[in-house]
Amino acid sequence: MTFIKDFVDVLSGSSISFLLLTSLFSFLIFFNLLDGRLRSKGGSVFIGFGLLFLISGIFIRPLLYLAIAYLVLMFLLANLGPRVWETRTGLIILVAGGGAFGLSMLDPQFYLIAAKPDNVPIVAMIFLLGFFTWVALRKAYLNDRQLLAGGIPWEKTESDEKLFTCPDLVYTEMLCMIVLTIVMIVWSMALRAPLEEAANPTSSPNPAKAPWYFLGLQEMLVYFDPWLAGVLLPTLIIVGLMAIPYIDTNPRGNGYYSFRERKWELGIFLYGFLVLWSFLIITGTFLRGPNWNFFGPYEYWDPNKLVPLVNIDLSELIWVKALGVALPKIWLIREMFGILFCLAYLGLPPLLAVGPFRRFYQKMGPPRYYVGTFLFLIMMALPIKMVLRWLFNLKYIVHIQEIFFNV
Amino acid sequence: MSRLKQLQQGAVNSQIWKSVFRVGIPNTNRKRVLAVLGSLILHLHPVKVRRSGVRMSYTWCMGGTSFFLFLVETVTGLLLMFYYRPTIEYAFTDIMDLREQAPFGIMREMHRWGAHAMVIAVWLHMFRVFMTGSYKPPREFNWNVGVILLVLTLLLSFTGYLLPWDQLAIWAITVGSNMARASPGAGTEGPMSGLIKLGDIRLIHAGDDARFALLGAKTVGPSTLLRFYVLHCVAIPLGAGFLMAIHFWRVRKDGGISGPL
Ligand code: HEM
Ligand code: HEM
Repeated sequence: MTFIKDFVDVLSGSSISFLLLTSLFSFLIFFNLLDGRLRSKGGSVFIGFGLLFLISGIFIRPLLYLAIAYLVLMFLLANLGPRVWETRTGLIILVAGGGAFGLSMLDPQFYLIAAKPDNVPIVAMIFLLGFFTWVALRKAYLNDRQLLAGGIPWEKTESDEKLFTCPDLVYTEMLCMIVLTIVMIVWSMALRAPLEEAANPTSSPNPAKAPWYFLGLQEMLVYFDPWLAGVLLPTLIIVGLMAIPYIDTNPRGNGYYSFRERKWELGIFLYGFLVLWSFLIITGTFLRGPNWNFFGPYEYWDPNKLVPLVNIDLSELIWVKALGVALPKIWLIREMFGILFCLAYLGLPPLLAVGPFRRFYQKMGPPRYYVGTFLFLIMMALPIKMVLRWLFNLKYIVHIQEIFFNV
Repeated sequence: MSRLKQLQQGAVNSQIWKSVFRVGIPNTNRKRVLAVLGSLILHLHPVKVRRSGVRMSYTWCMGGTSFFLFLVETVTGLLLMFYYRPTIEYAFTDIMDLREQAPFGIMREMHRWGAHAMVIAVWLHMFRVFMTGSYKPPREFNWNVGVILLVLTLLLSFTGYLLPWDQLAIWAITVGSNMARASPGAGTEGPMSGLIKLGDIRLIHAGDDARFALLGAKTVGPSTLLRFYVLHCVAIPLGAGFLMAIHFWRVRKDGGISGPL
């Protein structure tokens, strides 16, 4: 019993849960890339990670829990595999999630946060996202099965047939509008719009949160400075979204649901959309309390919670901790390692082009390849920094206070 | 013929009805075509659509839902404008009054929940469009129009958030706009901004940087309220409406709703 309680406490009480949750989503997605097969090259990477966790778990308690959760999840996924999507299993998982949510509402602390008027739509969003992910992947998998058997996607069986807009489409639209109107009216009568005290510029609430759809950006502020998290990365998100149709030259999978024909596109997009976008918003809304500290779902939002500030720069880690000398005065030398690291990271594309990504390089051509991989690396910089922070308390890779340039 | 049928016939054959609806009940193919062609609203659609595209499981109706919610926001927003004055003396009390005094006072609720719902609907719409690969040629441009619509939707929501002028509002906007201060080269605390100098004088300071342009002041204050009000009620809706027109036009020009080639 204490083991179970300990288990939940550890998993929900610290940054370990971040690791678990983000990896949980990533597993779901990347496992799909492998068709849930463990006995493949990718599969052995997953198993390797699990064993690594397990071994380090012997020394570090929380990692043991992480390893257990990880391995259970992986074998579950490997065994269920595509069935999560092809059958109603996914839906059942979703309903079970709804049940767990309902039960959790009995917990006063959970209720306080989840039932806040402005948070109600986000609760709805979680389930809508789950539901539509299931719908889309289900249709994709069913189509894939047809395609594998030499058939055609179901859309194709109907797409040459034309219906009259009036009545077929118009009636569907009318129905949709009526249902929406009812939903909006009931929702508006049931739930009052929040209104707090009149604005007071001298007393700031704790936590002060941006509107919910920007909480992903606010969460990014934990890992990056404002000029990156608040300005550069959002700009690149928009640029990246706009670039998608020009980078992705795969002619297949146009106008129907399919997974196999677009594995990498879907894997990357789902990771960005579900994990880096939606999950961070959900975290920012429900799991970030006073002083932007992390709180588990049942934890009391204690404004006095003390979190030790142990974050450390890469330069200090190397010069002081590893080499045992004082930090050099000149910033170029001091930050040498970090700068080299960043340059190496951004210099990856040409290396990858002759290595593992050769296939993409040849298929896409240089301009598409370089823009695409650059945007991808920028996207992956976020989870990389997150993991570095959780595991090693790394603050900045490059810290040049002299010109406000910190990464 | 039953009474009801007679009544219906009478109504449909009256001069008033005929002056409005030219074609009558669309019960023949000819009339079905004419009904769409003869109506400004319906002729947003083509006369015939792909069967696969009409399925709710294909589009999830999310594009239409985003549009419908936009219309809901426009109507409720207009009603709110009757009551609301964008000055710091009145803004908060007007919202209070709206809750206490206005008859059938759910307009504010509807506007707020509608805004949340619209953001979610637009995301799900984008998700659907990605999952069906509908951004691929020839629809690349319409995807881009969509991305800008997404940004405008978020900005609409963001600017609206300030208007109640309560604690929630100003602090959310303060947090949200603090980031502008860090714009590289354009915000006081951004990298490189310190390098933009005339002799010894810094050209980028709190009184003229990117955040100042957004707020109209160094902190969220009266000029911010006015600025956000105008953006929220006039500029962004007009822009979004214009882009939606292009968006819908392009859906048609790109061959209607996508389907396998
Ligand atoms: C029940 C859900 C809905 C379905 C299944 C649906 C389906 C469709 C389809 C198939 C198209 C593309 C027509 C074409 O090939 O050009 C379309 C476009 C459009 N829909 Fe919907 N729709 C739904 C809800 C709505 C609602 C509620 C509205 C408006 C309030 C709406 C407004 C529009 C507009 C303005 C367009 C773009 C114009 C066009 O291309 O026809 N839809 N919808
Ligand atoms: C306020 C926001 C938006 C409105 C009102 C809107 C409305 C619509 C409507 C009514 C359609 C017809 C088909 C459908 O309902 O799915 C459509 C199609 C489309 N939308 Fe949007 N949209 C919006 C935002 C976006 C965004 C954010 C994107 C992408 C980033 C996007 C990309 C597209 C594309 C590519 C199509 C063509 C899809 C196809 O033919 O299958 N739109 N939009």
